[in-house]
Amino acid sequence: MARIDLVDLAHSYGGNDAPEETFALKPVTMTWRQGGAYALLGPSGCGKTTLLNVISGIINPSRGKILFDGQDITPLSTQKRNIAQVFQFPVIYDTMTVGQNLAFPLKNRGVPKAEIDKRVAEIGRLLDLEPYLNRKATRLTADAKQKISLGRGLVRSDVAAVLFDEPLTVIDPELKWQLRSKLKALHRELDLTMIYVTHDQTEALTFADTVVVMHDGRVVQSGTPAELFDKPAHTFVGYFIGSPGMNIIPAEVRGREARIDGHVIALNRSYDSLPAGARIEIGVRPEFVEVVAPAPGLLTAKIERIDDLGRIRFARARLGDGKLAARAPAGFTSSDDTAGLKFDPAHIHVYADSLLVEGAA
Amino acid sequence: MDKTVNQKAWFLVLPVFLVVAFSAVLPLMTVVNYSMQDTFGNNQFFWNGVGWFKELLDPSTDLGGRFLASLGRNLFFSLVILAIEVPLGIVVALSMPRDGWTVAACLVTLALPLLIPWNVVGTIWQIFGRPDIGLLGYVLNHIGLDYNYVSNDIDAWVTVIVMDVWHWTSLVALLCYAGLKSIPEAYYQAAQIDGASRWAVFKAIQLPKMNRVLLIAVLLRFMDSFMIYTEPFVVTGGGPGNSTTFVSIELVKIALGQFDLGKAAALSLVYNLIILIVCWIFYTVMTNAGNERKPQEGAA
Repeated sequence: MARIDLVDLAHSYGGNDAPEETFALKPVTMTWRQGGAYALLGPSGCGKTTLLNVISGIINPSRGKILFDGQDITPLSTQKRNIAQVFQFPVIYDTMTVGQNLAFPLKNRGVPKAEIDKRVAEIGRLLDLEPYLNRKATRLTADAKQKISLGRGLVRSDVAAVLFDEPLTVIDPELKWQLRSKLKALHRELDLTMIYVTHDQTEALTFADTVVVMHDGRVVQSGTPAELFDKPAHTFVGYFIGSPGMNIIPAEVRGREARIDGHVIALNRSYDSLPAGARIEIGVRPEFVEVVAPAPGLLTAKIERIDDLGRIRFARARLGDGKLAARAPAGFTSSDDTAGLKFDPAHIHVYADSLLVEGAA
Repeated sequence: MDKTVNQKAWFLVLPVFLVVAFSAVLPLMTVVNYSMQDTFGNNQFFWNGVGWFKELLDPSTDLGGRFLASLGRNLFFSLVILAIEVPLGIVVALSMPRDGWTVAACLVTLALPLLIPWNVVGTIWQIFGRPDIGLLGYVLNHIGLDYNYVSNDIDAWVTVIVMDVWHWTSLVALLCYAGLKSIPEAYYQAAQIDGASRWAVFKAIQLPKMNRVLLIAVLLRFMDSFMIYTEPFVVTGGGPGNSTTFVSIELVKIALGQFDLGKAAALSLVYNLIILIVCWIFYTVMTNAGNERKPQEGAA
């Protein structure tokens, strides 16, 4: 159990001399606190698996340091780092029984037999593997095999962190929910630091208390699910989290006003010192834009269709060249496919070159 | 089920029948025919029933003695080369590089002995081991070892075994290498995470994943070594004395040297039968090994 600090950590598969834009993992400095449940969220190829493998020691970072409780462990091999990792596809030792599979990480570290038996029994119970402990692991289904892999990750009580690399990919959707809640329960019970890599925002938001969003090799934001939703630090976060994602609209922003196609939209905060020459956009979640009957003074959009999600309806509209999603209140109909847009000023964010700008009160 | 009766289909099968008849059935039946008779030349044959077979299995007779002795030598030879080539092949495969240009270099180097014709392999080692002009023989004698495969039984055996190891270990190594290559990287990573030692990785991952190719390797090497003829014949001619006379060499001596067609036919039938039985055992073992791997449904 440990706090994990990453100090200016970066990795390039093309070697340290490659230009920084090509790095799979761009320099990152951050802290994972002991006992946290983290999700590392991002699209495929954003560098999240690279970051995970660097932490576990499978990959040697091109630069930077990793500290466990303040101690530099960067040069240590995977075996010497006190870390557990579960991979995307089940890894099973064919010749062993389920119980022996679970005991393997402990046996390799010379844990006394009584202690091993106790831990294996406990993990077997937590993962509902008890009936299979004495059976050959090869004869089980993919689900059960992945549970064994999870079990091997969780069986050591003294690990600094357990890393999960999209561990539920091979699992049936229904079992996925069960296993995820189980992992969450295990996290509470075992007090382990867990880092869970996924490209599925539901998975990330339900598992983690801190979600770390990665984009193009960079950590763009880390925060609670609510923070990510309410205040995305990067337009990518706004767009990637939430369904539908945040609307990002190019605008001119001056003081407490944003102008889109000459229409003025009021802002809650004042933005006086925006960086010159930057690409300025406003971001607003579809939940905080309402389509209403067209009226003078309102920005007009052309409605393409309305998605009824049951609980809520979203209008998909066209605004100039861009697309936009907005809440369609009950009873809203449009005769000629045009609608006015009503923005909630409290939830409009301003982005300069994709990065959030904090306005003045 | 209603099936259309169409006798014309026989015409389609006929060519295969003819080919198989002339290439396999008729020669085999000729051998069976010979095995029941004795000949004194001049194309004169006398009925002998199962006499030759009785003699073959009776060590007190000349034929039985020679057959059983060569069979024993042959089995011992197969056992020794398997005991050397399989572990050695695994070690070679494990120490081969996993990527880069060196892979191609290693594969080509390993494949070289496999590409050399049997009698050339024999000739290479026959000359290589000669104490007067062969590099190996000369060097061994020069450093004080009394090595001469023409006069010393043990030297002859060592030469034949080393030659076979040189010739065929590559095959085992290549098969094992293919087996190793098919192991996903995640297994090694997981083993690292689990803190497995090099030996534990071998025992828990590499060996189980290789056991199918190993079965094939053992089967191929057993069959080949059990049928071995050319190389020892070229190097030692079965000598000194009869010390390296394997079953096939004995068979050729009886059939072509003494022209005892009846004895040779009986011997070759028994020889054939042994190979069939061993093949069947291997086949059964391999198919069962495959079944064991099928995941059981509904076990989650």
